[in-house]
Formats: sequence, C-alpha cells, structure tokens
Amino acid sequence: MKVVILGCGRVGSTIATTMFCEGHDVTIIDQNPDSFRRLGPDFAGKTLVGNGIDEDILRKADVEHADAFVATTNGDNRNIMSVQVAKVRFKVPKVIARIYDPIRASAYADLGIETLCTTCVSSGLLHDKILGVPFKDVESYCRFGMADKAMEAGHE
Amino acid sequence: MSRANPMYVIVVGGGKVGYHLTKTLITEGHEVLLIEKDRKSAEYLTDQLGEVVMAGDGCEVRIMEEAGMRRANVVVAVTGDDEDNLVICQMAKRQFGVPRTLSRVNDPNNEALFLELGIDQTISSTRVIFNLLEQQIESSQVIPLAALKKGEIEVVEADITVNSPVVGKKIGQLDLPPNTLIISVIRDDHATLPHADTKLRDGDSVIALIKAERERELRSVFTGEQL
Repeated sequence: MKVVILGCGRVGSTIATTMFCEGHDVTIIDQNPDSFRRLGPDFAGKTLVGNGIDEDILRKADVEHADAFVATTNGDNRNIMSVQVAKVRFKVPKVIARIYDPIRASAYADLGIETLCTTCVSSGLLHDKILGVPFKDVESYCRFGMADKAMEAGHE
Repeated sequence: MSRANPMYVIVVGGGKVGYHLTKTLITEGHEVLLIEKDRKSAEYLTDQLGEVVMAGDGCEVRIMEEAGMRRANVVVAVTGDDEDNLVICQMAKRQFGVPRTLSRVNDPNNEALFLELGIDQTISSTRVIFNLLEQQIESSQVIPLAALKKGEIEVVEADITVNSPVVGKKIGQLDLPPNTLIISVIRDDHATLPHADTKLRDGDSVIALIKAERERELRSVFTGEQL
C-alpha cells in the first residue's frame, strides 16, 4: 500500500516506521526536518520537509497516487484541512485525520471525513483500565465522554 | 449610527485586518463581535474597541455557541492561518447554519479550494495586490502598430485605463513630446478625428504618430510612470 503521513511526531513516526517494516511504500511530511530523527536509522521510506496544507507539497509527496493519507500533526485544523485537500484535490481513496478536539472530530465525521479522536479513545481506554473492565470494540470509544458535550454543542 | 438593515457579524481573528474591520463595521452601525484567541491581544482590543471583543478560540464549538453564532448573519474569518479560517467557516456553516461565510486566504492557491469546500467568499490580499499590479502593467501599454520611414517614425496605440493620469484631460492640455501627432481617438469601437478640446476617457485608445526615440516619453505621459 502507498501511504502518505503528515506530521512526524510520536504517532506519525510510529505509523511510518511500522508500515515501512511491513513492506508498505511510506512517505512522511513534516515542517521540521529535525523531527525525522524519530524515524530511526532503519527507516528507508521517503521524507519531505514542508507544510502539509500546501497543495504543491502534497503533490511532491505524490499524494495523487497514494492509497491512504493520514494527518497526525499537532494542529487539529491543519489535519482537517490537509485531509480535505487530499480527498477533494487528489482523490485519495482513504483519508484519516487525527483530531484532539472531540467536538471537531465528530463534526467532521458527520461530514464524511474519517477522523480519529485520540482524546476520546485514550480516555475511554484509561477509564476501563482504571475500573479493571475488559476493553471493548475501538468504535465504542470514538465518542467517549461526548454525550453531554454533544448536547452543549446543540446538535439539532 | 443606526441603520435600517444592521447585520450581526462575527469576526474571528484580532490582527490588523480583524481590528480595522470590526471598527469599520461598528461605525457602519452593525452589530459586531470580534473573537481573538490570544488573551493579551483580546485585552488590548477590548481597550481599543470596547465590549465587542471576546477572548477565546473561534474554532471551538463552545466559544462559537457563546458568541451567538446561531443568529449571526455573517462570519468572517481573518486569522493568519488558512487552516483555522477554513475550519471556522466550515463549522459556522455546518454546525450553526450561518448563511454567509467569508474567509481570508493567505495562500492565493487556496481560494478555489475553499469555495469548493463550501465557504461562500474568499479574500486573498495577495491576489488583490497582484491584480492591481497587473492592471498597472496593462496600463503602461503603448503598442507600436507600424513603422514608417525605415523605423524613424512610428504609429503607436496607447490604451487609456482608469489609472491613467490623462483621463479627463483635453488633448490640448497634454504635455506631449515634440513632434507627436495624435491622429485618432478610438472610442467605443469608433475612430474619431480628435481636436485640442477632445477629452480623453477610460477605455479610449489613442493612435499617435511619433519619432521612434520619443516612444518612452509618450508612454510616460499616458501612464504617469517616471522615465
């Protein structure tokens, strides 16, 4: 699979190295060239310095031919925008945005953009770990803690 | 100042653009709320503009709710980050049903994308400045049409645009280089034989006979460009 990852933080670099070891074609983009150190010496995929919301950079990363695009920068909005560029401009079949803000994650999920709210998922996992109950299906954590927030946000 | 059709406008981003926009909207009698993320900047803006400033992240639903986004007629996103402006407008439109969203676009290449992603209007200062520059370049057009006497004398056409200093002037008032003869003014596709009292207008094309070496001077007369 050809995958383009935006953001070489802990999550981005981990996905990149793992998928590279699994034999996938991996390209990773980050604004800061220093962050590629996280990839370790064995990573032989492509690295690209640049801003992931810039179409020209995504084109350089050959997003046009990617099977998947994942945005894992620290900025929710940057992730949201870049996946929309990948989806609308480059017709990438699978795009996923990692989003911290649960409300934004669910709002964009409602708009048909695949999102993963790590705040919800890790809170849910921690919750169950504290209580010592067995973990459930991942999907059931995706809106963890959202019931009242959704009301607040005034979903009609 | 009160007006018959005041709007409720929410401006997100309290930089220079947001500040002056808010000030102008208040003067024009609209109801405005300016949302600024940075608390310090928000305090300063409150000192300057009064109780129309709200401190908070305009991308967050809780802040949008508090700002009364549901009843806003227009949301204008003018932060320095395109990704923030995009999300503000998309959330305003889809979560709060705001009828009109305007986004500042810092990278002019994002204009088309934003429109495609549902933002109603985009403003790119880069594009605006570029367009003005292009007009300036266009206004400097003095096109050689023909050369007579082995190139010693030229027939040229000067297109008058709105920026040209000769708009509204009579031909007799122009400070033309020596040995220049204006032979025709083309207006609305009709060639006229001009006289000293013919007033030049935006859109006119002036056909002149000049000495080849005077072409630059003539261009300067029609464009206002320094030699």
